Amino acid sequence: MAKDEFTPRTFKVVGTRPPRPDGLDKVTGRARYGADMSAPGMLIGLCLRSPHAHARIKSIDTSAAEAMKGVKAVVTRADFTTTPEDQGTRDILDNVMAGEKALYDGHTVAAVAATSRSVARAALKAIKVEYEVLPHVVDVDEAMKPDAPVLHEGRQQESVPKGYSQNVLARSQYGHGDIEAGFKKADIIVERSFTTAATHQGYIEPHACLATMGNDGQGDLWCCTQGHYMVRNTCSAILGMDAGRLKVTASEIGGGFGGKTTVFLEPVALMLSKKAGKPVKMTMSRDEVLRASGPTASTSIDIKIGMTKEGKITAAQGEFRYQSGAFYAMNGALGAMCGFAPYDLENLQSVGWEVVTNRPKAAAYRAPGAPMAAFAVESVMDELAKELDMDPIELRLKNAAEEGTKSAYGPTYPAIGLKATLEAAKAHPHWSAPLGKNQGRGLACGFWFNFGGDTCVSLMINPDGTVSLSEGNPDIGGSRAAMTMMAAEELGIPYEHVRTVIADTATLGQNEVTDGSRVTFAVGLATIKAARHAIEIMKTRAAATWGIEPDAVEWVDGAAQPAGPNAGKFPPMTLKEIAAIASNTGGPIAGHHEVNAEGAGVSFGTHIADTEVDPETGAVKVVRYTVFQDAGKAVHPDYVEGQLQGGAVQGIGWALNEEYIYGKDGTLQNAGYLDYRIPVASDLPMIEPVILEIPNPGHPYGVRGVGETGIVPPLATLANAVSRAAGVRMTSLPMSPPKLLAAIKAS
Amino acid sequence: MVTVTLWGSLADLAGGQRNIEVEAKNLRELLTALDKDYPALRPQLERGVSVSIDGKIYNDSWFQPITESSEVVLLNRLEGG
Repeated sequence: MAKDEFTPRTFKVVGTRPPRPDGLDKVTGRARYGADMSAPGMLIGLCLRSPHAHARIKSIDTSAAEAMKGVKAVVTRADFTTTPEDQGTRDILDNVMAGEKALYDGHTVAAVAATSRSVARAALKAIKVEYEVLPHVVDVDEAMKPDAPVLHEGRQQESVPKGYSQNVLARSQYGHGDIEAGFKKADIIVERSFTTAATHQGYIEPHACLATMGNDGQGDLWCCTQGHYMVRNTCSAILGMDAGRLKVTASEIGGGFGGKTTVFLEPVALMLSKKAGKPVKMTMSRDEVLRASGPTASTSIDIKIGMTKEGKITAAQGEFRYQSGAFYAMNGALGAMCGFAPYDLENLQSVGWEVVTNRPKAAAYRAPGAPMAAFAVESVMDELAKELDMDPIELRLKNAAEEGTKSAYGPTYPAIGLKATLEAAKAHPHWSAPLGKNQGRGLACGFWFNFGGDTCVSLMINPDGTVSLSEGNPDIGGSRAAMTMMAAEELGIPYEHVRTVIADTATLGQNEVTDGSRVTFAVGLATIKAARHAIEIMKTRAAATWGIEPDAVEWVDGAAQPAGPNAGKFPPMTLKEIAAIASNTGGPIAGHHEVNAEGAGVSFGTHIADTEVDPETGAVKVVRYTVFQDAGKAVHPDYVEGQLQGGAVQGIGWALNEEYIYGKDGTLQNAGYLDYRIPVASDLPMIEPVILEIPNPGHPYGVRGVGETGIVPPLATLANAVSRAAGVRMTSLPMSPPKLLAAIKAS
Repeated sequence: MVTVTLWGSLADLAGGQRNIEVEAKNLRELLTALDKDYPALRPQLERGVSVSIDGKIYNDSWFQPITESSEVVLLNRLEGG
């Protein structure tokens, strides 16, 4: 990936909007999700979960449960006898089955497998757990105090200064220049503190799996995940088995957004199956999803920005304190790296903190850590624009990072698209449209890194000239359509002649998780190169048929043809014709490509929102919303627009209503969608996506990942719109009606 | 020699130096040299780092070339959702 891959070309398939290959299955109910699989003799597995936020497990008596008719297996931590090599996997084991302590409300302490759900439920009630309830802490600022209840001893990293609680696991400082000197040059300084609540990814499909462990030590696992290779590797490490003896097949996935980049039920189901000698199916209830699968971090953030009266930033400072639940996660550092990334800063200090609390372990939620940081930084930018009476876009353009800017996280930017998104927003009719009574307009920018990673693709030319493509990443955002289109484009055949499937872990080599906005970039790159590999073979077969040298053959519009008059005069041989004689010319034809596709380009977005505030109730209505983001090249624009719209909608929920509410006893009070309020269609206006296409030099077609950046600006965009509509600066999310009403009254 | 920029809190472990020099022609040699020349960085190197080389971010590609003129910046190991 060192050299540039991009070559300008005219596309025939890429950029069009063909029907999605999974559409019919999904609208007719034929698609099989995690809970849709069954097996002969299958048992039902259920988890027993801690009712306490923090408790020492003094004893677990499973004897009564084990004696019940229909109960085939009971497991506790004592059954997991393998200690994984790395700390991250040991944390996952501790998370899926508590060890000495239950660390949050909903932490699994035991599990059963029985012949029916009712028997399994009765068995859970028969398990006797003796707890010693311990003091708990769920607030990030409280957890950092030296006298806070401690979750783990001896896990603090060397980067944490003395004097903090052992709950503070890591500190990461980024920046450059001299902030004191920078603030001295400022004509105006705004300094604010912010908080954001923990929110859940809100995927529709709960976690589910079907596990089968045979007496021969071989296992099969069907599950709903963003990365079945990750599931295989993690489960085999936890169960102490060879990865090659566990085959994992990914189901269709009803949303993930980062929350399915780890395992919860899968190792437990495998252990139950191993013990029972039968297949075990496990499905989380919504209550379990919210209590025990990864929400995002809640945060406490301080931001200080100094500016000249002309609107040029002289210095910026941020403290990003993120609670990661009961185990280490690196969200605070990512917040510290991303928050100021849109700006060209001479003097910056940005510090991220990772703090554990008695909450479920934080999981990624699209661009993990970035939306909260952007909320805080972009809120202060908006306040500065207001103070200086400057247009918020002009203020940002004055300070926007561009090619050659030293980024907030260290490296110098190559060509980037931030200014393009700001210019597009400035030129869009939304920015100059009149506002109504009690309405306000907000704007914010956001940044995310984007990744690549290990990727394998196999492409088979079938005897009838159709093409079968295998990739190893669950299709979350339309990857089957995108890969089909890129293969068709490269081969020069119709979209309908290619079918893409998601292969199981025994079929392809290692594939990184579907995360980091990586799939259309990395799997797309591998798809194009697998197609080129197959084309080379087909050119060789045509050359042999014609009796000329392979390098005298070129591939044009889906056919081999002589490269010039000196190569001889032969009619073009289409892919279909070459496929038909493959057995005669050397055997089946296939292309493949395996790569660690690193060096993906970073991504920026700018959002505009209009909100209307009801001053009597504090309710907020989103009136208009527009997203501007660089996609490099939008392979299937429908899916790109969907990603931008989806990110905005999730951000609207995060900004306005969603929050984990804990009682004084540290238990979650709103573990269901009646009380945990995600936006529904009737809450929303049409989200208008504006796709910019600035080619990514690291991809043959210029593709850039789009899955995560869309959730970075909305929190700040909404906060700025609501603050302008209500006439009071909102510094705490969510801006729920009671909170907003109180702020309006206090002002 | 290649100049490597450390993030602030990592620099504290390297005697406060934000920029350090090591002998390396690729990513693997860079990580090996950092581990050897700056043992205080070892815990973080074992936990994992990402490396930006001329503005592009790499996690694992050992043989990614690095030249004396390359801009090399160490980062917390990045992950996505």
